[in-house]
Amino acid sequence: MLGGWPRVKRIAWPVLAFAIFLSSRGFAQGPESRTSIFAPASTPATEIYHLSFFVLEITGAIFFTVAGLLIYVILRFRSKGEDDESEPPQIYGSNQVELAWTVIPVLIVVVLFLTTARVIFAIQDAPKPVAALEVTVIGHQFWWEYRYPKLGVVTANELHVPLSSTEHSTPTFLKLLSADVDQSFWVPELAGKIDLIPMHPNDLWLDPSHAGLYLGQCAQFCGVQHANMLLRVYVDTPEQFAAWVANQAKPGVQDPAVAEGRHVFETEACMNCHAVQGTAATGRFGPDLTHLMSRDTLASGEIPNTRENLRQWIKNPDTFKPGSLMPAMQLTDEQLDQVTAYLETLK
Amino acid sequence: MADSTFPIPGSIDLTPQQERESTWLETLHSWVITVDHKKLGLLYMMMAIFFLLVAGAEVLCIRIQLAVPNNHFLSPQVFNRLFTMHGTTMVFLVGIPLVFGFANYMVPLQIGARDMAFPRLNAFSFWMTLLGGLLLYYSFIGGAGLYGMGNAPDVTWWAYAPLTARAFSPGHATDYWALALIVAGFGTLGGAINVIATAFSMRCKGMTLMRMPLFTWLMIVDSALLLVTITPLTAAQIMLVIDRYLGAHFFDTQAGGSALIWMHFFWIFGHPEVYVLVFPAFAIASEVIPVFSRKAIFGYPAMVAASVGIAFVSLGVWAHHMFTVGMTSVGNAFFVLSTMLVGIPTGIKIFNWLATMWGGKIRFRTPMLFCTAFLFQFMCAGLTGIMLSVAPWNWQLHGSYFVIAHFHYVLVGAIVFNTFAGIYYWFPKATGRMLSEKLGKWHFWLFFIGFHVTFDTMHFLGFEGMPRWIYTYPADRGWEHLNLIVSLGGMIQGVAVLIFAYNLIYSLFKGKIAGNDPWDAWTLEWSTSSPPPVYNFATDPVVRSRRPLWDVKHPEDPDWKYE
Amino acid sequence: MYCLIIGESAIFTIFVVAYIYYIGRSLYGPTPQQVLEVPIFNTICLLSSSVTIWLSERAIDRGNMRGFGLWWAATITLGVIFLAGTAIEWHKLIFEDGLTIQTNLFGTTFYSLVGLHATHVIVGLAMLLTVLIFTITGHVRHEHSERVQVLALYWHFVDAVWVVVFTVVYIVGR
Repeated sequence: MLGGWPRVKRIAWPVLAFAIFLSSRGFAQGPESRTSIFAPASTPATEIYHLSFFVLEITGAIFFTVAGLLIYVILRFRSKGEDDESEPPQIYGSNQVELAWTVIPVLIVVVLFLTTARVIFAIQDAPKPVAALEVTVIGHQFWWEYRYPKLGVVTANELHVPLSSTEHSTPTFLKLLSADVDQSFWVPELAGKIDLIPMHPNDLWLDPSHAGLYLGQCAQFCGVQHANMLLRVYVDTPEQFAAWVANQAKPGVQDPAVAEGRHVFETEACMNCHAVQGTAATGRFGPDLTHLMSRDTLASGEIPNTRENLRQWIKNPDTFKPGSLMPAMQLTDEQLDQVTAYLETLK
Repeated sequence: MADSTFPIPGSIDLTPQQERESTWLETLHSWVITVDHKKLGLLYMMMAIFFLLVAGAEVLCIRIQLAVPNNHFLSPQVFNRLFTMHGTTMVFLVGIPLVFGFANYMVPLQIGARDMAFPRLNAFSFWMTLLGGLLLYYSFIGGAGLYGMGNAPDVTWWAYAPLTARAFSPGHATDYWALALIVAGFGTLGGAINVIATAFSMRCKGMTLMRMPLFTWLMIVDSALLLVTITPLTAAQIMLVIDRYLGAHFFDTQAGGSALIWMHFFWIFGHPEVYVLVFPAFAIASEVIPVFSRKAIFGYPAMVAASVGIAFVSLGVWAHHMFTVGMTSVGNAFFVLSTMLVGIPTGIKIFNWLATMWGGKIRFRTPMLFCTAFLFQFMCAGLTGIMLSVAPWNWQLHGSYFVIAHFHYVLVGAIVFNTFAGIYYWFPKATGRMLSEKLGKWHFWLFFIGFHVTFDTMHFLGFEGMPRWIYTYPADRGWEHLNLIVSLGGMIQGVAVLIFAYNLIYSLFKGKIAGNDPWDAWTLEWSTSSPPPVYNFATDPVVRSRRPLWDVKHPEDPDWKYE
Repeated sequence: MYCLIIGESAIFTIFVVAYIYYIGRSLYGPTPQQVLEVPIFNTICLLSSSVTIWLSERAIDRGNMRGFGLWWAATITLGVIFLAGTAIEWHKLIFEDGLTIQTNLFGTTFYSLVGLHATHVIVGLAMLLTVLIFTITGHVRHEHSERVQVLALYWHFVDAVWVVVFTVVYIVGR
């Protein structure tokens, strides 16, 4: 029986070491991991976090029991050798045993189901408080449109929400729609994901408890640039948020110094897709550019918002996001410089 | 009264009539026109192994692209085609042919019949399935439509609407996807009808339903499930084609159509489909584990009941793939419960296999190595499935690499592992030669290690928020180390599969001669020669228990005394 | 054949579910109430064909080949009348009422569901006609009774599906 034990040990130790190594990588909460489901910063994510650990405990217990039995069986009941011709006692079954390992799983299922149902109702059917911020999220191929109906704000790709504390609760309630195909809104540290489906509005709420930037991305395949439909959620302190809203509600800056650039923007078909508040540009197909310079990134979180990137993006979006729906408008270098200069004034 | 009868080796002259050796053209012709269940079974297996290698090559390209962040090995367009084709190929051109490959070859032999009930339907089904596969792959060259757009399908294997509408998927890629699978679906339907008809009407004397080998039972349940599983997909795909070609509005949200209804129809097919794919793994386990543990299967009636139970319950769990689409809380809760319930008969099966090994004298030859790994891995897959059934946790894990890890634990860890087990077990019967045990052990250990390196790691990528279907990822997410490990594991698995392919070809010519019954097993297929003659059995067998050969080998203690 | 019927029932179920789900959801265009007339005569023909085919099954069971041939031909005739009726109905819908498969959700689901059924009728008639030809040439005999009954089972299935389609489209949906 123990003849195989040294061999098992030789295999087991490296395997165990490797497993521990993998687990350590997996649960690493270092500064690199910005999207871990185990670092909740908002009630829905926290509820899920606690539930997941309860489930892990139960499944872990089942795992160790069954795996333990399997290892025991492998070691204890292996054949002694080729010359042992006799057959072991033939056992055909046992009703009591069958009953036992039916009843116990049923009980486990009952417990798991009731715990799960409680959390489903707590998250999905949570009432919306009067002080809640309402944001409409509209998914496009391959960018995010955000509208704050009660605040008169329209923006794109970078979502700002206020901090919500236990003393002063200001959760954000999102209504999610789609302008074209299915997408999914997933910021793991703030909440579970919810899909954006055309003609089927969905709801999601979050009440982030720590200020900062939270990352995520589209989680339902939506076409060729699904991978670069990134999410950036800025959780602002109340002061920061008020300042941001005040700025976003203003119409677009009208700087006469960049009049040529604005002329290029309005005559080279840019305004067919893009809007700048307070001007003739009212296109809805592409992101609202009124306060483009208030954003850290371009192309839905993919590239930093710098002059070179902006110019190159306008020159040829396919450089960064091949397959993106914005065409290269074949502008001359001079036009590019002018229109970039114009956009840079849209703070 | 005799308990079981079949020809004693040597008692009947089994010399084949034909004296002259066939030319290669005659051999090829005989394979093309064959209606013999054994040849068709082997054709299905060859098709499955071929497409396994193709889809495996596709995924190795994917893993090279994802091994490092911001990689440029594949363009997004090519990447999206590759993962769509990888999934579609594995499910329809590997998984389903494996079902019918094993079923066609073994079911008539195990029930003591001469062939399937409808041999010509059998041939039709195979060639339709193959045609579907060829049509799907033709899309790489034929998919170009307007302005050269379109190529192979690139809409994921779920093909969600409205991404598949003409507006969002120009060209013919999606059409190839739908039509190829409709064609293959007819083949699948024919195969399923055949298996059921055969098992119900062609069992040998004495073989009641409750004396059939569990393998055959599982193939019947599988085929019955297929009847109501593949057909919703056919219906939905017909609707998609009508939408795309005749301007209909089934999934046209602008005209009041519903994107959700595609999801429901697809998953009404999609969930039972994965049970269809895993049943052969159960079937093989139920044959290999008893033989190599030297014990009868523990709890035969419970195993039958559990299998039927799984089939029924699996029809009611589909929306656990849709927890994030915004169903009501009550709807979500219902599907949580139904999904957890399907875990119960599944667990019962695992416990029964374990109990079969308990108290046995286990011989760890290659088939048993794969089956043991299957037990461990299938249990893990079941547990991660329970995790995914918890809807709120699903709202985090859906569409992430955790899900990929879970279903590959089933598809590779359970199905592919047991497919290898089944091939090592029955290759001697089909060819008359043993597969090399030494190469088999190399194959097993390399594949086992590669599998765990890849798929254990992948669970953690899901925990760290990495979504599916992305052709690249930024460097600031912290995913690069795990992705590199996943890719390395894939390469190891690739090497293992190459060793397997080499073993197959080498052993076909140089393998040890197997004889009738190399494993000392107990079901009817081992009573005839290896390979069996074209008529299978020289005289119709008569059986009196679930293990006819056990009764012959142990006349002092036959099974029928205890059943 | 029972297995085939189970599979086909699943396909029809999906189309019926789609039809029911989309009742009343067309955003524009003709509604069922506006354009559909209940096809009573057609339905009587098709359901009677189940009776005639049952009578032909009984005939061949008893070895009455002439009776079998006559009732079988009657079945085919009734089936053809049903198809002609459907064609007339569709002609009116398309050319007078302007309802095509593209018009709206009602058009999409109506033509798909009724069309799927009609396709099965056509296939059934083709098979029935083949048997009729073989009967006339004398190749079908009393010992083929079981095989003929398998085919008749398919025909009964097609009729049963019509009962469901008729109820859903012309009664519930209007």
